[in-house]
Amino acid sequence: MANVLVFSETHKGNIKPVTLEILGKLEGQTVDVAVIGDLDDAQVKVLAEHGAAKVHKLKGDNLDKYSPEGYSNALHGFISSQSYDYVMTGATSLAKDMFPRLATKFDAGMASDCVNFLFEGDEFAGTRPLFAGKCLAKVNLQGPKPHFITVRPNALGLPESTTAASGEVNEANVEAGEIRAAIKEIIASASEKVDLTEANIIISGGRAMKNSENFSILDEMAEVIGATVGASRAAVDSGYASPDMQVGQTGKTVSPSLYIACGISGAIQHLAGMRTSKVIVAINTDPDAPIFTKADYGIVGDLFKIVPIMKEEFKKILS
Amino acid sequence: MNIFVCVKQVPDTETKVQPNGDGTFIETNSIKWIMNPYDEFAVEQALLVKAANAGSTVTVVRVGGVKDTEALRTAMAMGADEAILVEAEDNLDSYSIAKALKGAIDKSGKSADLILCGKQAIDDDCLQVPQILATMMELPSVSVIVGFEQDGDKVTVKREIEGGALEIYELNKPCILATNKGINTPRYASLPGIMKAKRKPMQQLSLGDVGVTADDRRVVYSDFQLPPEKPAGKKFDAMDEADQQKVVEEVVGLLRTEAKVI
Repeated sequence: MANVLVFSETHKGNIKPVTLEILGKLEGQTVDVAVIGDLDDAQVKVLAEHGAAKVHKLKGDNLDKYSPEGYSNALHGFISSQSYDYVMTGATSLAKDMFPRLATKFDAGMASDCVNFLFEGDEFAGTRPLFAGKCLAKVNLQGPKPHFITVRPNALGLPESTTAASGEVNEANVEAGEIRAAIKEIIASASEKVDLTEANIIISGGRAMKNSENFSILDEMAEVIGATVGASRAAVDSGYASPDMQVGQTGKTVSPSLYIACGISGAIQHLAGMRTSKVIVAINTDPDAPIFTKADYGIVGDLFKIVPIMKEEFKKILS
Repeated sequence: MNIFVCVKQVPDTETKVQPNGDGTFIETNSIKWIMNPYDEFAVEQALLVKAANAGSTVTVVRVGGVKDTEALRTAMAMGADEAILVEAEDNLDSYSIAKALKGAIDKSGKSADLILCGKQAIDDDCLQVPQILATMMELPSVSVIVGFEQDGDKVTVKREIEGGALEIYELNKPCILATNKGINTPRYASLPGIMKAKRKPMQQLSLGDVGVTADDRRVVYSDFQLPPEKPAGKKFDAMDEADQQKVVEEVVGLLRTEAKVI
């Protein structure tokens, strides 16, 4: 059995769902969870139900908000005092920034954004997409331990059954050390929507949206089904949508349960970024558009006609 | 000011990727190589900083195959002053690349005031090198930046996080920053720029010259394969207005009963 620590980022006091996906997949290993700051009893209970033997609450000065140095110093200090073989976490914005720093403090290797993994004996073997998912490869780590791994949210799925462990709480003091790059201010996003990389449903618009105002019809349908709105590179480069909305090889790689592509032809680099979506719906006037080769349900038609009808149909079945 | 920009050369985004014979990487024989798109923002930012700080030099550094030097030539055609190329295989891992970049910067004899990188390379998509480099060089750093301002030694940057929210960081130079799309609009290389770039100095080093050995590899890939193709889906014609209501009802119904995602 491998000895694994799962670091969970918390958001408004809640653990990230990807933490439970990872815990489910780690069944059979010895697994502890670490958070920075506090965690209420209900959250600890959920972690225990998913197999956490210990829940470490790491506390110290200057850790109330994220800083690359503070978080990586604090975790480095704590992990050095333990004997973990692997340290895993979800591939969130924070982890993508912090984990390579933490791994390097151990001179250790890191596998980014794995979509699946297993243990061959005590050794980790992961699967990760490269070239934005145009291909997949097996990934192994070598060199000093612990080894570090981030797992893409939504890729593993939540476990159907879980084996509980004791979930014993341990509070540990940690040091943030010197923080030279500190957050001065946080500007909240205009929408309170889930990020594209974590969204369960995405509606994306392409060049055929014609302008930024027309994205409002996608926003309206998104409101009905709780979706996040994305865009193709063509739409972003034409100024119809902001760069943080871009899905594709030079934007975000996503894998929601449902991806609805509206007026997107399906350039290779876009397909690469969304092909792992579980169900894909494409709406396009061109019956030969490449997007239809990846669509589970393709509608050859004008998005400006189809989307409003679809919004009403979703309303009907959800009411 | 000594500004360094780390760039990677990657297959063009329209490349159809094929695994190579032994599954250890992709077939690279007929690939069109380009500068990693996120690195173009780093080069542009370096040129903007240079323009605002008289007497600055911009050095581009790349670790990778030497058959094609497109990425470094493009950076110099855009306006970078000189280049360092560390010869390596194209599928080197992030730890080795970062160590090689550090070695090359140290060996240049210039003390770096600002190091810029793209936030991620679109080949292995690891998002690791800037942060590893910062940790190895013990420099403060911020990744995924979409805004940059400087006031003397003080730098204020905007880092993009989930949902488009922004974290504003203040830090002092020297530092390492990793750029995201949205920070600037990279210039095109002009024809005179391209001609001039041919005469700009490009120093070539080996991995041994910069202190990297095979023992530095931390990540090993095998079994490269194409993702499984989905079976063909269902396609509905709704070009005719008369069919639209019926088609949409059917698709929405299937999303609920067959796909079970709504």
